[in-house]
Amino acid sequence: MRKRMSPMSRDGKKNGFSVIGKPLPRIDGPAKCAGDTRYADDIVMPRMLFSRLLRSPHPHALIHGVSVRRALELPGVHAVITGEDVPTKFGIMPSTQDEEALAVDKVRYVGDPVAAVAAVSEDVAEEALRLIDVDYQVLAPILSIEGALEAEDHRIHAWNRRANIQKAVSFEFGEVDAGFEAADEIFEGTYFFQGNTHLPMEQYCALATYTPDGKLTLWSSTQTPHYVHRALSRVLDLPMGHIRVIATPVGGGFGGKSDPFSHEIAVAKLAMITGRPVKITLNREESFYVHRGRHPVKMWMRTGVKRDGTLTGMWFRSFLDGGGYSSYGLATVYYTGALQTVTYDLPAYKFEGVRVFTNKPPCGPKRGHGTPQPRFAMEVQLDEIADKLGLDPVELRLKQVVEPNTVTVNGLRVSTIGLRECIEKVAASSGWKEKHRLLPPGHGVGFAASSYISGAGLPIYWNDMPHSGVQLRADRGGGVTVFCGSTEIGQGSDSILAFAVAEELGLRPEDVRVVTADTDLTPVDLGSYSSRVTVMTGNAAIQACGNLRERLFEVASEVLEVPADDLEMEDGRVRSRSLPDRGLAFAECVERAETRFGTLGATGSYRPPRHPGDYKGAGVGPTPAYSYSAAVVELHCDSDTGEIRIDKVWIAHDCGRAFNPLWVQGQVEGSVYMALGEVLMEEQIFRKSGVHKIPSILEYKSPTTLETPPIETILVETDDPEGPFGAKEAGQGPLLPVIPAVSNAVYDAVGVRIHEIPVTPDKILRALDQRLKDPTVPSFEFPTPIRWAPGQGVEVPQKS
Amino acid sequence: MSSENLSSETIAGKRLLRLLVNGESHEVACRVTHSLLEVLREEMGLTGTKHGCELGECGTCTVLVDGQPVYSCLMLAVEAEGPEITTVEGLAQGGRPHPLQRAFSDLSAAQCGYCIPGILLAAKALLDKQPDPARADIEEALSGNLCRCTGYTKIIEAVEQAVAQTNEPHE
Amino acid sequence: MLRLPDFTYVRPRTLAEASGALQELGDEAMAVAGGTDVYPKMKRGQFTPRYLVSLSRIEEHRGIRRVEGRGLWIGAGETLSAVAGHETVRRAFPALADAAGLVSTLQLRNAGTIGGNLFVDTRCNYYDQSFFWRQAVGFCLKKDGDICLVAPKSRVCLAICSSDTAPVLSSLGAEAVLVSAQGSREVPLDTLYRDDGIDYLAKRPEELLQGVWVPEESFGWRNVYLKLRRRGSFDFPVLGVAAALRTDASGTCEGAKIVLTAVASAPKVVVDAPGALCGRPVDATAIDEAAELAMRVSHPLDNADMDYWYRKRMTRVYVTRALRRLADAGETAGGADASPA
Repeated sequence: MRKRMSPMSRDGKKNGFSVIGKPLPRIDGPAKCAGDTRYADDIVMPRMLFSRLLRSPHPHALIHGVSVRRALELPGVHAVITGEDVPTKFGIMPSTQDEEALAVDKVRYVGDPVAAVAAVSEDVAEEALRLIDVDYQVLAPILSIEGALEAEDHRIHAWNRRANIQKAVSFEFGEVDAGFEAADEIFEGTYFFQGNTHLPMEQYCALATYTPDGKLTLWSSTQTPHYVHRALSRVLDLPMGHIRVIATPVGGGFGGKSDPFSHEIAVAKLAMITGRPVKITLNREESFYVHRGRHPVKMWMRTGVKRDGTLTGMWFRSFLDGGGYSSYGLATVYYTGALQTVTYDLPAYKFEGVRVFTNKPPCGPKRGHGTPQPRFAMEVQLDEIADKLGLDPVELRLKQVVEPNTVTVNGLRVSTIGLRECIEKVAASSGWKEKHRLLPPGHGVGFAASSYISGAGLPIYWNDMPHSGVQLRADRGGGVTVFCGSTEIGQGSDSILAFAVAEELGLRPEDVRVVTADTDLTPVDLGSYSSRVTVMTGNAAIQACGNLRERLFEVASEVLEVPADDLEMEDGRVRSRSLPDRGLAFAECVERAETRFGTLGATGSYRPPRHPGDYKGAGVGPTPAYSYSAAVVELHCDSDTGEIRIDKVWIAHDCGRAFNPLWVQGQVEGSVYMALGEVLMEEQIFRKSGVHKIPSILEYKSPTTLETPPIETILVETDDPEGPFGAKEAGQGPLLPVIPAVSNAVYDAVGVRIHEIPVTPDKILRALDQRLKDPTVPSFEFPTPIRWAPGQGVEVPQKS
Repeated sequence: MSSENLSSETIAGKRLLRLLVNGESHEVACRVTHSLLEVLREEMGLTGTKHGCELGECGTCTVLVDGQPVYSCLMLAVEAEGPEITTVEGLAQGGRPHPLQRAFSDLSAAQCGYCIPGILLAAKALLDKQPDPARADIEEALSGNLCRCTGYTKIIEAVEQAVAQTNEPHE
Repeated sequence: MLRLPDFTYVRPRTLAEASGALQELGDEAMAVAGGTDVYPKMKRGQFTPRYLVSLSRIEEHRGIRRVEGRGLWIGAGETLSAVAGHETVRRAFPALADAAGLVSTLQLRNAGTIGGNLFVDTRCNYYDQSFFWRQAVGFCLKKDGDICLVAPKSRVCLAICSSDTAPVLSSLGAEAVLVSAQGSREVPLDTLYRDDGIDYLAKRPEELLQGVWVPEESFGWRNVYLKLRRRGSFDFPVLGVAAALRTDASGTCEGAKIVLTAVASAPKVVVDAPGALCGRPVDATAIDEAAELAMRVSHPLDNADMDYWYRKRMTRVYVTRALRRLADAGETAGGADASPA
């Protein structure tokens, strides 16, 4: 059915590409370096009004009434809306629609929006907020996982079955008891990964217009215009066809701009009421309240091993502190248990996870979505296992790397896997063997490996439509425009499209015009999340190019008098492969084709292959292709102060094929950076009153140039058959191994195990004093596990 | 104000300012409370200067004042009369990008690109003072600008590349 | 975008005029130099002046110069960058150059002044927050409230001194020159600080700092400043140690002063340190004793980055390292930084 998604006729030559794999610049670089790129807050419109949101000062309270009368009387105020004006609930996951644009009768965290103002200036809007009177009945806040589980009579939401439990899941894959029985040694540990936030440099911003024709347009700094489109339609009760959502170039996302948000709905509603453009730009403090960042997760892990280090079974429990709303939490809880199986052979695996509501800003997807926490636990535990068994941690992993084309015990299909090569290369280039346990006191190296998805196998809402669509227009002057709903958040998705099309049509990337992320103009792409964009838009673009090429070749074949299957597109020409002199310019070919067929356009789309697992919950984890990473961190740790200085990070990443080595390196380097921030200093933390402790970019610590070490990136290529030109993801996976590698390096340096993220100086000193306690996990009765083992599912061949 | 303080000026409300931005003199009416950042972006349409906190905690709004990098969010526009102000829009000369801009673009050092204008200006201030900086000097000079995308790696490499290209003997 | 609330901007030409304006306008006025502390606090509603008296057009608080027989004059209006980069400062008072050069970031140091840093508002993570945040938590003593949220039983505000340069200049025995419409007076810088997070400066509100004298005799003192913070830039100190000492030719300590920052509302002079150090060589025993004394008087609270017990413990480590560095410098060719310029 689906066409083979690889480039046309490469004659098996591995690097027969003209632009793929070359260190060429991104197409948006010149504009970004000129300050010419228009981000959402750069847009100004005549008659534009400014909006601000009134936010709850209470973590948990009932709303008995909101009076906006005094605010409306303030000169310059054009409209004030409250929950009653936009009461329809929404949320990113169809089964957990528990958010309100403005709280209707309850607030669930400090910062929960309650009302919105449109006024002639930000100053007036801000002043108006102080004139809105809200009658709150303050309720006791629930601020911890334990507190949420214990408060059985005190609920944050009413819709969920068990009080404060958003979702509890339980699986047993294979026979885990038998696995532990087969073990020579059993290791157990508890771990805690503190929450942290995305902190993109660009603050959230949205601008809406509602024109006299009854059409709504929203510009927003969003990673997911399609989901915002759906949410606006639902909440505002407008047909999707009357709403246009344009994602402006996003000034950093990292997952934090992937939900439909209150501020987007509020400005849309305000524009509808006032008939004027309405813009809102949140300030930095508010971005900590919007959040949707890394979940704090408490974890318990039991692993059985043979004396030679072979894994016999694993049992993992995760407890996620979800904050006030569901957001992506349903997926997050599954992700904490999904990918433990795809790196090392695991014959039996049990996973139990629960996500609770607390009165804090909602957590959601941040780079690595739900997988850095368990990866931290697992890779630290493996390091401990190696240590106790007297094995080299690198050898322990190499012994049991998953083989290509494996179905794991939990039904995930691993196709290409470059993990072995990643491990070997990173160990060699870092000088692992000469350093591990051999560096002077205070100096250490740590190792860890990991895997991530290249896009989720399933869409967020159930449907059988493509995950990504591309339209291609060829102009009679030879210009080509590619239209796609994908969203440029800095990862380079616009450039991916330009390069894919240029490669396929033999053009230069700069000759391809890219139009993206505009629901009026571009076919749906689900959004910039789950590392799906390169694989899915790339494949859709290749397919569209193939369809266009058929028509071009049909006319070229007649003109050049060579068979169509002897034609190729290169250097802006359509030419004969066997007689390269025989060819015609691309523009001329387009002209002839347009003469023959009429206006030239083509489409392409992509939907991931089906996956083997068919149990309930099997939707999280499958992907077109798993990426793999391995990292070595070298650091020194001052045992008097506990301060850590990272000397260097070596990281190898299996990216399938380096679509563009510069961009892949950039993604890897950025992932390493974000990991270092998380492991060393970043914390989204709260006071006992439920208020964010440090909602500022000064006190929420983000590493500067001075904390960022040299990063040596090694790209491993596995030429994935499902990836466009063989490519897999690179934007999230490389974050994963760095965090446990730092913890493991601290052990190598000063001999203490830190089971908590971040690894801060005070914790190191406590550990050196033997005063650092291991994290605790709550007791909780998980549901009866769903049992599954390979072979029980419906096997569907990956390529059809 | 007391009439005794004859040499004191008192500024309230709005005032017409003459600002020298990117080599051009501009007359702009602005409120005394306006930061240079607000005037550049909102009165002059120079939206290349970005903002990430407006509190001097992130570096995004960096501009040059007489060649020195400062945070435009913490400088009153009324204090910006007189000195030469350079924003990212003023880096290119005669339509040709500055060597830093070219190097940043060539190495794909701009990912989301939001911090890049401020970083380019901080880097320019460094190179104008120190044409051949060591890596540590670059790190130090850019340590007042946060970037969340790049790990600074390609950014530092781009500064080094701009240095190398600028210092190459010309034909 | 966070914006400044409305105010009237007064820009005098002399310190006397500025002081007169402050006196006349009273509580509703504040002085502003570089603005790097004032403007963020106005945007967050911590400072709510109706008038700002700008020192930007004043010349008489500028200049850094050596006056033989008197010492080094540092005008309060000089930027932190100018102080950090000044040749004499770097040579004779590396502690000051380092302290000034470690304030926040280059961009901030290009605007912020040494006077502003010496008088920088005390900090507390219950206070350095937006109006919204402070309203949500409940206002504190220092602004709009009547309780200290760090220590509810405390009757005084416990916000911490966050100046990097104050402990250094204190350790060097600097004298401050204050100007008002009534004239000027010179006082030891030490005496200007009070251990009260609100009323942290012992001067009249209209008195302006013209500059400081680092006395001639300090040129003979070796000096060092060590700063604890999470990152290498941006961050305020959560502990700072300024140490200065002088030894005779035999290596016997003749004078010593240790001053801590970020452990109280004022720079904290370790009063007993000279007793532990003077009259004997600066050896490990002496250093240990002095460091122990410093730690005893260091009382960080849970109102800044990093755990308070950790900051207290680091006091000993940082003082030890500071003194060791000074002792080592003494052994190497008399210490370049110790000789008069």
